[in-house]
Amino acid sequence: MRAVTVIEGAISALPRHDVDTDQIIPKQFLKRVERSGFGEFLFHDWSKEPGWDLPPNPILVTGRNFGCGSSREHAPWALEDYGFRAIIAPSFADIFHSNCCKIGLLPVALEPHEVEEVMRAGEARIDLHQQRVTWPGGQASFEIHGETKRRLIGGLDDIGVTLQEAEAIERYEAERERVGPVTTELGAA
Amino acid sequence: MAKTLNGERAAATSARSLFDKIWEAHEVSDGILYVDLHLVHEVTSPQAFESLRIAGRPARRPDRTLATADHNVPTDGSTTARQIRDQLSRVQVETLERNCAEFAVPLYSIGSARQGIVHVIGPELGVTQPGMTIVCGDSHTSTHGAFGALAFGIGTSEVEHVLATQTLQQRKPKSMRVRYEGELGYGVTAKDLILGTIGRVGVDGGVGHVIEYAGPPIERLSMEGRMTVCNMTIEGGGRAGMIAPDDTTFEWVDGREAAPEPLPLDAWRELHTDDGAPFDKEVLIDASALSPQVTWGTTPGMVVDVTSEVPEPRSEGDTRALEYMELEPGTAISEIRLDRVFIGSCTNSRIGDLREAAEVVRGRRVAAGLDAMVVPGSQQVKAQAEAEGLHEVFRAAGFDWRSAGCSMCLGMNPDIAAPGERVASTSNRNFEGRQGRGARSHLVSPRMAAAAAIEGHFVDIREWE
Repeated sequence: MRAVTVIEGAISALPRHDVDTDQIIPKQFLKRVERSGFGEFLFHDWSKEPGWDLPPNPILVTGRNFGCGSSREHAPWALEDYGFRAIIAPSFADIFHSNCCKIGLLPVALEPHEVEEVMRAGEARIDLHQQRVTWPGGQASFEIHGETKRRLIGGLDDIGVTLQEAEAIERYEAERERVGPVTTELGAA
Repeated sequence: MAKTLNGERAAATSARSLFDKIWEAHEVSDGILYVDLHLVHEVTSPQAFESLRIAGRPARRPDRTLATADHNVPTDGSTTARQIRDQLSRVQVETLERNCAEFAVPLYSIGSARQGIVHVIGPELGVTQPGMTIVCGDSHTSTHGAFGALAFGIGTSEVEHVLATQTLQQRKPKSMRVRYEGELGYGVTAKDLILGTIGRVGVDGGVGHVIEYAGPPIERLSMEGRMTVCNMTIEGGGRAGMIAPDDTTFEWVDGREAAPEPLPLDAWRELHTDDGAPFDKEVLIDASALSPQVTWGTTPGMVVDVTSEVPEPRSEGDTRALEYMELEPGTAISEIRLDRVFIGSCTNSRIGDLREAAEVVRGRRVAAGLDAMVVPGSQQVKAQAEAEGLHEVFRAAGFDWRSAGCSMCLGMNPDIAAPGERVASTSNRNFEGRQGRGARSHLVSPRMAAAAAIEGHFVDIREWE
């Protein structure tokens, strides 16, 4: 994962609420078995609407409950592949938020009026260390879990981090793991 | 400490919720949660297996992992991946088959008598059990919470993480309880209960929360009904949905292939929320006040009673939705004419759902010019329905009887609605383009879908029979 520290530059505004992952990357593009190359299909249907204007700036600014719907990580992959490095919104859907953090696409939740100000300002600077967003004429701080922040700043491999706890996992399996079900003992058919 | 419904502070207590109990039993260490069962399908797993391969990491616990092919599978009765005409779909299913062989993960692929929608086969094989943690790279994993499990959807990076470590890095979500009182009226089903709930709490009302559904109307639901309710938790933004297991649950699980013998009933009966356990958020809903529900817009929260009209827009999103749906405010829901009816999906494709729909269509005919299809959730459901003669009931009425898969819920396979077509669907999402580019979806219960197929427009099932 790419390390995240400061993201700055022009913003692209998508002033819609409840944008679902079916819009971000429609299902016909989920058939690929690769992780890259989804950017060209980002907002495939919406991008054909007259007046659609969403340049690949570093920061996407959008409405509440962004990324609702399916668990497809293809949605953050497409946003990142397209060129976005961070997303500012009043709120995010849970699985989408988690998926973004896993790939280093920084989700930043601000108050609705702050989001509108950033949209109007047209540019912003996000400092993950300081947990602060600044834009011409304003600034705001944002929340992020300490552990998530540490992993994003370090660009850490989640699995590598968890495997440092391998002993704890083994101990859990030896002492506390529940009995069954054992999928490998199911009949073949 | 959480605020309770009446605003009082809950007393300092050791009372725990069902969610607390399962969470604590699976905490490996701070921030690491053990996974009892990892369900896998072809769409969200290929990149995870590929990354494991590159890193030289094995699957840690194939014995706690189970895979099936569902999203891409044609429902025309094809029995091997080779028969899938769409090249990308074929490659995705073949890739799953290769990955499962290489990583020793048990798989029921296309052609297996146990293949089916991942959230249908888990319960039916008995691998879904009370008290478990269950994850899958699919947002409708919340379905399994109907058994008193903590079950939720994850992304592909997390699929890889679970394959490698059998754990997830998780911080404990907040808790929410939706309590129902009263009684569901005649013709009002679990689907109407959850659609009505989402209409009230909103499509982001559950964000950040694990939701427990409780109260007499929930206790009276069948397991199929409970699965329908928990399935759509994600449409209200909830991280997971769950229902305390009871005798209905135990009877349903008992005797299934992977079920323990005898059932550990003493332990399972502990899986309930203690009196006085605090929740971060509580909602009370009168089930008696619910009518059959029909969605009119492009989110599951855009929903009204069947007796009602298409509402006036109250936001830009509403206006956009009305335009997409090509609906005028004030139009009676019963006047909305349909091109297609789809009965299926992980929300409503189990044997109980098919029985309900079959009762409605028995001896009747699908309206002229309307395409109607029934897609059983699994090959086992299909076999059971055929043993009961339900396929003949549907066929005689003019329904297309298909093989198991996700089908027209999401259009990743040949079952796709055409641009502009209006569909009454028992699935879970009415997003723009979900069932096919430009297609217009209305979410309803199996009974309402079946009756709509006969009449060619929505009808109030309570008045109709």
